[in-house]
Amino acid sequence: MIFRIIKKLELKELFDVMAENRIIGPVQKGTSHEGKPLYAFEPVLDFNDLKLDYTTTTRPAKRYFLPSHETLCTFSIHENGWDKSVDFNIREPHVFFGMHACDINALDKLDKVLLESNFPTPYYAAKRKNMFIIGVECNPQPFCFCRSMGTDSASHGFDMFLTDLGDRYFVEVQSAAAFNFLKNIKTREPEEKDHTRYMKVIAEKNRKFTTAVDTTDLAKILDMEFQSDVWKYWGDKCLSCGTCASVCPTCYCYGVEEAVDIDLKGAKKKKHLYSCNLIDFAEVAGGHNFRPESHSRLKYRYYHKHRGFMEEFEESLCVGCGRCSEACLAKITVPEVIASVRSGVKPKGRPGRHGK
Amino acid sequence: MPVESYLGVPLHRPKVAFFEFTACEGCQLQILNNEATLLDFLSLVDVVTFREAMSERSDDFEIAFVEGSITRADEVKRLKDIRKKAKVLVAMGSCACFGGVNQLKNRFNDPKWVKEQVYGKFPVESEEARPLEDIVTVDLKIYGCPIKKEEVEKIVTNLVLGKSVNHPKYPVCMECMANENICLYKLGEPCLGPVTRAGCDAWCPGSRFGCWGCRGPADAANVDQIISIMEEHNFSADTIIDRLECFGGFKAFAEELKKKTAKSKTKKKRAGK
Repeated sequence: MIFRIIKKLELKELFDVMAENRIIGPVQKGTSHEGKPLYAFEPVLDFNDLKLDYTTTTRPAKRYFLPSHETLCTFSIHENGWDKSVDFNIREPHVFFGMHACDINALDKLDKVLLESNFPTPYYAAKRKNMFIIGVECNPQPFCFCRSMGTDSASHGFDMFLTDLGDRYFVEVQSAAAFNFLKNIKTREPEEKDHTRYMKVIAEKNRKFTTAVDTTDLAKILDMEFQSDVWKYWGDKCLSCGTCASVCPTCYCYGVEEAVDIDLKGAKKKKHLYSCNLIDFAEVAGGHNFRPESHSRLKYRYYHKHRGFMEEFEESLCVGCGRCSEACLAKITVPEVIASVRSGVKPKGRPGRHGK
Repeated sequence: MPVESYLGVPLHRPKVAFFEFTACEGCQLQILNNEATLLDFLSLVDVVTFREAMSERSDDFEIAFVEGSITRADEVKRLKDIRKKAKVLVAMGSCACFGGVNQLKNRFNDPKWVKEQVYGKFPVESEEARPLEDIVTVDLKIYGCPIKKEEVEKIVTNLVLGKSVNHPKYPVCMECMANENICLYKLGEPCLGPVTRAGCDAWCPGSRFGCWGCRGPADAANVDQIISIMEEHNFSADTIIDRLECFGGFKAFAEELKKKTAKSKTKKKRAGK
C-alpha cells in the first residue's frame, strides 16, 4: 500500500486534473423541512459544489452502475425477420469523487453476485470496469451501523481513499491509475506525525457510532425465528412500497419486460429493479403468489440480506448505511427489527404508532 | 397505413369508439395530444366514433373507451346501450373508474343544496356521481386524472397483439424513487404515493406536488398506516380526508376516517364540558 499526504488546497488541483472525465460526487440537492441538508450523488462540474463533509446521501450511487430502468436490447423488425442490438449503456468512464466506505463495500458485495458469479452481467461489468473511485472518510450518523456489519472501513474496491487530517488529506493509493493522477499534483511522503494524526482521527470517528446491531450467530437465529410473531408486527407496519430496496446500495433484484413499439416495427427488452417487498414479487405464471402477506415479504428481505447471502459468501449483504431506516415512512429500522427478532419482543406501542 | 401483420402473424384492427359522460374530456384529449405517435395509434385501431376528433360516427364497434362518471338517468341508459354493443368496455380515467373529482359532490348530506349552489334555479338533472362499474360490467380500467398517454398506447398495442394488459401492482413510490425525487414527506408535504397505484411515472411528486391518489389504491395499499404516518407528520384530519376523498379511489377509507374524526370530536366536546 502506498500512502501520500496532500494539502487541502491541492485537492482542487486533483479535481481539475480528473475533470476531463465525468465526475460524480456528493452535492446538496435540497433541504428537509427540518432544515437538514439532503445530499445526492450528482455529476459535479465545479469543485465548490462538492460536499466532501456530507453526512450521507439519501440515495446510493447505484443508478450509475445499476440503474432502476435499463434497456437490455432492442429489436428491429423488417420484412425478412428481425435484428437484435445490444447496448451496455455506458458512454464514458465515471469518476466517483467522495464515496464513503459503506458504499465502496456495497460495490464489492455487488461484484460477488454480478461480476464473480457463474453468470456475470455484462451491463454491470461494463460500468463497473469503467469507474474510478475516490473514497472519503465519513462522519458517522445516528442511523449508521456499518461498524456492526464490518463495513466501516474499506480495504479494497477503490482507487484512492482520503482522510481529512485538518489542513491536509491522508491518501491511500490502491491503483496505478490513482498513482498516475497524483503525479500531476503536489504530494509528499507521510511522516510519523501524519500517522499519529491519522490514527487519532479514526479513533475519533469510531467514538461517534451510536447504533449497533448484534450480528452474533444472526444467520442461525434467523432460521430459528422463522415463525416468530415479531415478523407480523413489522409486516403490519410495512407499506409494501419498495422504498427500502430503492435506496439500498446492494439491492439488485429485478424484473424483465418486453414491450412492442406502437408502430410494431420494433421492440425492447427492458430491465427494472424490483423490490421483494412489492406484492407481486413472488407471483408466478398462473397467478399463484408465494408471499401474499406483507410480513412474509419483509421477512424474506431480511433473510436474503442476513442469511442467504451469508450462506453463499460468508458475509452479510447489508452494509449498515442506514438509508432504508431513514427513508422508511413507517419507521421500520434494521437495528430494531433484528433486535426484536433476537429477543422475540415486539417494540412497545401498537403498529403504526411508532412507540407512541 | 394499417399494419396487417406482426412477425408474420396477421393482425386484427379492432373498431373502437370513444364516449364521454360527466367529465372534462381531458382523457380523450390526452390521446389526441400525442402528435408524434398519433398516426401509429390510428393505424393500430379503426376509430369509428370519437366526437372530440371527428364528425363521422358508427354504432358498429368492438372496443368502447368510456370517459366520465354517471350523474343522470339518460346517462345510465346510454351507458347500458354502449355496453350491449361493445365486446370490450374500457373505463378510461378517474371519473369512469372511481367517480373522479365529480364524486366530491356526494360528500354533502343535502344534494338539493349542492344543486342550488351550483345551478341556482336552472332546472338541471344531477344525481349522485357514480363510477361506470356501479351500472355495467367494466372489462378494463385505465387509471389516472388524466390518463397517461404512454400507458394508453402500451395498453392498446397489447390489446391488438393479444398480449395481456397488466397494471403495476406497486405504489407510486417505486417510480418516484426510480426518478431520484426527494421524498415529499422529507420536504414536509403530504403525499398518497405510498398507497396509490403506480403507472403515472410519479407525475405529480416529480413536480414536488404530493400525490392525490387519482389512480386509486395499489394492490397491497396499507392505507391505515399512511393515515397514521400523515397524522404523525402533523397533517390535520381535514387534510388527510381531503386527499383520500378527492378522486373516489379511497372512498371507503375517507368515510371511515370521517366517522372516526366525528366521534373523537364529540368526545372532546363532552370532555370539555
